[in-house]
Amino acid sequence: MMKKSWRLLAVLAVLALVVAACGGEADGEGTDETSATTAAQNGDASGGDLTPVSLQLQWFAQAQFAGYYAAVAEGFYAEEGLDVTILEGAVDIVPQQVVATGGAEFGIAWVPKALVSNQEGAGLVNVGQVFQRSGTLMVSWADSGITEPADWAGKTVGNWGFGNEYELTAAIEQFGVEGVNLVSQNFDMEGLLTRELDAAEAMIYNEYAQVLEAVNPDTGELYQPEDLNVIDFNEVGTAMLQDSIWVTEDYVANNGDTIEAFLRGTFKGWIFCRDNADACVQHVLDAGSTLLTGHQTWQMNEINALIWPSAGGIGVMDKALWDQTVEVATTQIPELAGVSIPEGSYTTEFAEAAVAALNDAGLDTAGANFTKAEVTVTEGGE
Amino acid sequence: MRNRRVRTVFSFVGILATLVLLWEGYKAMGAATGGTWPFTDVELPIRTNERSMPHVWDIVSTLFSEAQRGRDELLVTVLLKAALFTFRSALIGFTVGSLVGFGLGVLFVRSGLAERGLMPYVVASQTVPVLAIAPILVVWSGRLDLPIWVPVGAISAYLAFYPVAISTLRGLRSPEATSSELMRSYAATPNQVLFKLQIPAAMPYLFPALKVAATASIIGAIVGELPAGIREGLGRAILSFASSFSSAPEKLFASVLVASLLGIVFVALVTLVERLTIPAGNRLDPNELAMAGQGGAA
Repeated sequence: MMKKSWRLLAVLAVLALVVAACGGEADGEGTDETSATTAAQNGDASGGDLTPVSLQLQWFAQAQFAGYYAAVAEGFYAEEGLDVTILEGAVDIVPQQVVATGGAEFGIAWVPKALVSNQEGAGLVNVGQVFQRSGTLMVSWADSGITEPADWAGKTVGNWGFGNEYELTAAIEQFGVEGVNLVSQNFDMEGLLTRELDAAEAMIYNEYAQVLEAVNPDTGELYQPEDLNVIDFNEVGTAMLQDSIWVTEDYVANNGDTIEAFLRGTFKGWIFCRDNADACVQHVLDAGSTLLTGHQTWQMNEINALIWPSAGGIGVMDKALWDQTVEVATTQIPELAGVSIPEGSYTTEFAEAAVAALNDAGLDTAGANFTKAEVTVTEGGE
Repeated sequence: MRNRRVRTVFSFVGILATLVLLWEGYKAMGAATGGTWPFTDVELPIRTNERSMPHVWDIVSTLFSEAQRGRDELLVTVLLKAALFTFRSALIGFTVGSLVGFGLGVLFVRSGLAERGLMPYVVASQTVPVLAIAPILVVWSGRLDLPIWVPVGAISAYLAFYPVAISTLRGLRSPEATSSELMRSYAATPNQVLFKLQIPAAMPYLFPALKVAATASIIGAIVGELPAGIREGLGRAILSFASSFSSAPEKLFASVLVASLLGIVFVALVTLVERLTIPAGNRLDPNELAMAGQGGAA
């Protein structure tokens, strides 16, 4: 009997140890949310009557979203009376669906993907077109001689699918390229690095950098930009608009002031990131301990170049680019074939008002003099 | 006893060394032949370059280098913290899943109707991919404003309960007919039979199932973290390093290494509890379990 109770005690001790090891941080533990309360801790926020809103990102924290993280951390949202919670994206999370179902007031989405969701009844409105350019490239090796879409004829060309292929298919159609062997590509550059693909899809702020961060086994050095040929869809003319801010029609009708305040805070964040790229990289790194410093530094620089210069002021839709996006979307995307996109799918009302207010405050909302910085690529993105 | 322990340590180290040698040997062979099987033109199934298969020492050394440039924290520290976070969700899932599984086992042994009615659903639940269930649970709990660890724990429990339910049922049925008859001849109530005969008899069956549940609950927690957008766990670390696989593959391998280490630790904890709970003579190893199970079902 003695022995039995000894065993019981030992078992309880093991369990207690496990629980103690785990329970330590269990109280008040944070989830994936970054909130303006961090700004409050920095002493920027006045506290008190902030309007709580959430922003759903497409993916987890990275420099692609630096402006929003900066606006939280630097207290720009708090200045506008907002307590913004950033909801990081994740696998299977579709921001425009989250916004449509009320999971967040604001969502970041690519224009063509949001248009597809609208066709399925999401009822969303673009209130701020943050990225003025598409970040999609087709990358091939310099020795392949592929320099324009016509050169894809008879080549193996990778694409990601899932709605990421339409700029490519539009270009193929526009230039009447014959015999392109379109194959699906993983969300990485293995196919190009192993030369299974003659050309591969890449975001300029992500996968393109990953090639440059990889070591060329022939030289023992990193791959150089000269090793690569790049076709930029902005130059091809089939680019579609990407990161933009979407809300529901109801929200537009009832919460105009909040939208404008959110855009003012957001634009201040992006202006800050243009002028203080390193500080913004740090804000992003603070949001993810597994992010690589070198890669995020590269990404920040390229993201800035997708936003700046913004001729009509940051976030204000360029109608010509919208029309081009709609044209490509309605000819390439099966769900949108022959659909006429409603007039009210975007509005410049709030972005223009926010830009005017920031101009009055002496901020440079156009960034006409912006030039890309020189970022040194690091091996493995470290 | 001592001798056995020494042998255990030796075999563990020996197997580890063999695996490392196989990994590096395969790499060396690929490097020598240019990526084909020796003396043939048949390509090796896995490329042997540094991107597909980094050197073992590169994987280990990346663990002990800084996780982010300019920050003191080592990658191994970051990953162990993430593992501890994931372990917490897994522990919730493991506990809930095991209790549910055990409860189902008891229910089934008491009611043939419940067994016949529910068993198909229990089996069906395990054929639905957890990848499909996870986002649904995350969306539901988001609507209900539940804390984010609820869906992750639920996904983890979803994977963990099944082996426990099946093994509990088998264990509860394991006493010999003569034992049951003896209990009945003493006019024991069904509850007395359950607590005095069936549950003690089921214990040796329970622990192997708990070991399966332990590893399953970790997989559930990691998979659950992905749609839940949880930043602190191993799921995010693996996802994050997978996206930079082309340029820094050794980090992904390092995070996988830590994930498997977490599984080993969890199973070891269960084993420790088993050793403390069940006298050595009554423990089952998996081989005996299969045989004894047949006896019990008869």
